[in-house]
Amino acid sequence: MRTVVIQPVFEEWRDRARGLLALRVPPEEVLWSDEAQEPGLFAEVEEASPRGPVPKVPAAFLDMARSVAAHTDARRWGALYRVLWRLTHGGERHLLAVATDPEVRQLQLWCKAIGRDIHKMHAFVRFRLVATDEATGREQFVAWFEPEYRIVRLAAGFFEKRFAGMDWSILTPHACAHWDGSMLHFSPGVPRSAAPDEDALDELWRTYFRSIFNPARLKVRAMQSEMPKKYWKNLPEAPLIAGLISGSGGRVEKMLRTEARPAKPAPKNTYLDSLRAMNECEPPPGAPPESP
Amino acid sequence: MDIQHKLEILADAAKYDASCASSGAARKDSRGGKGVGSTGGTGICHSYAPDGRCISLLKVLLTNACLYDCHYCINRRSSNVQRARFTPEEVVRLTLDFYKRNFIEGLFLSSGIIRSADYTMELVVEVARQLREEHHFRGYIHLKTIPEASPALIEMAGRYADRISINIELPTQQGLSKLAPEKNLARTQDAMGHIRGKIEERHAEKRKPEAPKPPPFATGQSTQMLVGADDSTDAVILQRADLLYGTYRLRRVYYSGFSPIPEPSALLPIKPPPLVREHRLYQADWLLRFYGFKVEEIASAAAPNLDLQLDPKLAWALRNRATFPVDVNRAPREILLRVPGLGVRNVERILSARRYARLRLADLLQLRVPMKKVLPFIIAADHTPARLGLDDDSLRARFLPPPRQMELDFAAPPVAGDIDSVRSGEL
Repeated sequence: MRTVVIQPVFEEWRDRARGLLALRVPPEEVLWSDEAQEPGLFAEVEEASPRGPVPKVPAAFLDMARSVAAHTDARRWGALYRVLWRLTHGGERHLLAVATDPEVRQLQLWCKAIGRDIHKMHAFVRFRLVATDEATGREQFVAWFEPEYRIVRLAAGFFEKRFAGMDWSILTPHACAHWDGSMLHFSPGVPRSAAPDEDALDELWRTYFRSIFNPARLKVRAMQSEMPKKYWKNLPEAPLIAGLISGSGGRVEKMLRTEARPAKPAPKNTYLDSLRAMNECEPPPGAPPESP
Repeated sequence: MDIQHKLEILADAAKYDASCASSGAARKDSRGGKGVGSTGGTGICHSYAPDGRCISLLKVLLTNACLYDCHYCINRRSSNVQRARFTPEEVVRLTLDFYKRNFIEGLFLSSGIIRSADYTMELVVEVARQLREEHHFRGYIHLKTIPEASPALIEMAGRYADRISINIELPTQQGLSKLAPEKNLARTQDAMGHIRGKIEERHAEKRKPEAPKPPPFATGQSTQMLVGADDSTDAVILQRADLLYGTYRLRRVYYSGFSPIPEPSALLPIKPPPLVREHRLYQADWLLRFYGFKVEEIASAAAPNLDLQLDPKLAWALRNRATFPVDVNRAPREILLRVPGLGVRNVERILSARRYARLRLADLLQLRVPMKKVLPFIIAADHTPARLGLDDDSLRARFLPPPRQMELDFAAPPVAGDIDSVRSGEL
């Protein structure tokens, strides 16, 4: 049994896994650990990485591994190596097509959790305008976000594509991403206090949120399953939610009690006259729809 | 009137339009450009209101003043609602300000009809033109169009927008004549046919390799039908939807259960339909588009309304028990898709996995298939349902919700990220 201690990033796992594969070390003889879990607990047994042919693996596996690496489950490094071993030395090149295999399934579930976290980051990051560069006129925005996993690098490309025309930084506890119009770069995490609290537009956004809500169709669980409470603390609109819910019953009551309005006669208007004339030339109501 | 007050009125006026999809646009982004914006991935819901609806777009009317008198609509001329009007510049500013803060994926602009269809349409198009041409905005734009607007204006709308839509509102002309006297089904469908032609024309030009790149055009159109405002049955609604998908190649038909509005009309039912009816229609719509069902199989002349207590696929399976049980290790895709509890994505996984192993119940558990639902309908390597179960009259009762579960808090109807939710939809 050997212990492999890595930094919790995909590249390190990949390099060590390549070395182990070249030495034909089966998964049951490796204990994986990363420094996020137990720094210094295990004595590292370091071997020089042998230079041998690197076994080919499906590209889909590498994508999957890159994503799984961002997860925080301590078992992921070993699970990745087991599936890698089965793909390369276990005679199961087709393994990824077998979604019913418990080990493949586990990787897929981790991937799904990462994908969801990335998606929620794309959705719930809220930029605040902090300054405008006097020389270039470019607006500068800063956002604070708390992802569940270490996804900042995986999620940043989206923001580059979408917000290329402005300067921005996304700050998180683990890592920060920055865009200056030409380069995306990353820096270590920072505390919440490094990010601005408010934006002048927040109030207008809350007005929109309040007004687009339909009190006659309350579906609180549907909202929460898509926008879990853990994200609320960084959403400027979230403080409105409780009041909108509690006020909805009274608003609907009032609608139902309102006396129905009679139809008003059509005003004089040439456009309405022309519509009426067109309607009179149409086939009578009830005629089956014609297929062009 | 200040911008905040206008926004309050004109967002309130727009909230009855269910559509908020922002997926299915052509891929474009702001790299190398002067502005912001990208489209083309899965849609993103940037927030959710407590009504369970996704908020992905700034959805507003340019004005809620309207010449028309559609009785289900809060903005009809007979309503006493307060009126407001944005200038195009105001909408442009709001869109950009919201977009840069990552509140939204783009703009969904509609309008009450003032003066004439063309006058209104020109204003709507002007907003999109300014966003695209003056501000280099590459985010999502959805424009509502008016069937009676001139084809040239609809074409311009299509040039700037990623999606355009015309609401059909009700599935029959009788319904429209009664509740929306200015609207006309044939003209709406003609306009949809014209838009379909434009979308396909542009698509065909794009495929010619040496031709110059054609100007962009919307990649899809959608519509909305109101449910429960008139007496149309689900069969009538679904037949209309099926015709719109087939003949006009619509991307989406949205179903919007009529809900009480602050300015009720004397012509409308007082009691809104149960929200679950809308949900069942969405499920049926999914079955039509992704599961190979025909309208008559789901809602027939004999039973024109969907079962509110059971999802339409399960209801179909219970009516067609002779089709089952189905062997998950042998049955072709189109049959697997008909098994209650097997969604599109799990059917694909089953087809792929069974090439390498005979599937057992434990394998289906790995896929998180709802076992209680599928067991009576399938055969697996280690499972054959008791014939008795399938023949038993009480099988339906087994699937009925327990009596207390009538707080109709179903998952929101599928909205943005069409395909994603389709795949996870366990119908």
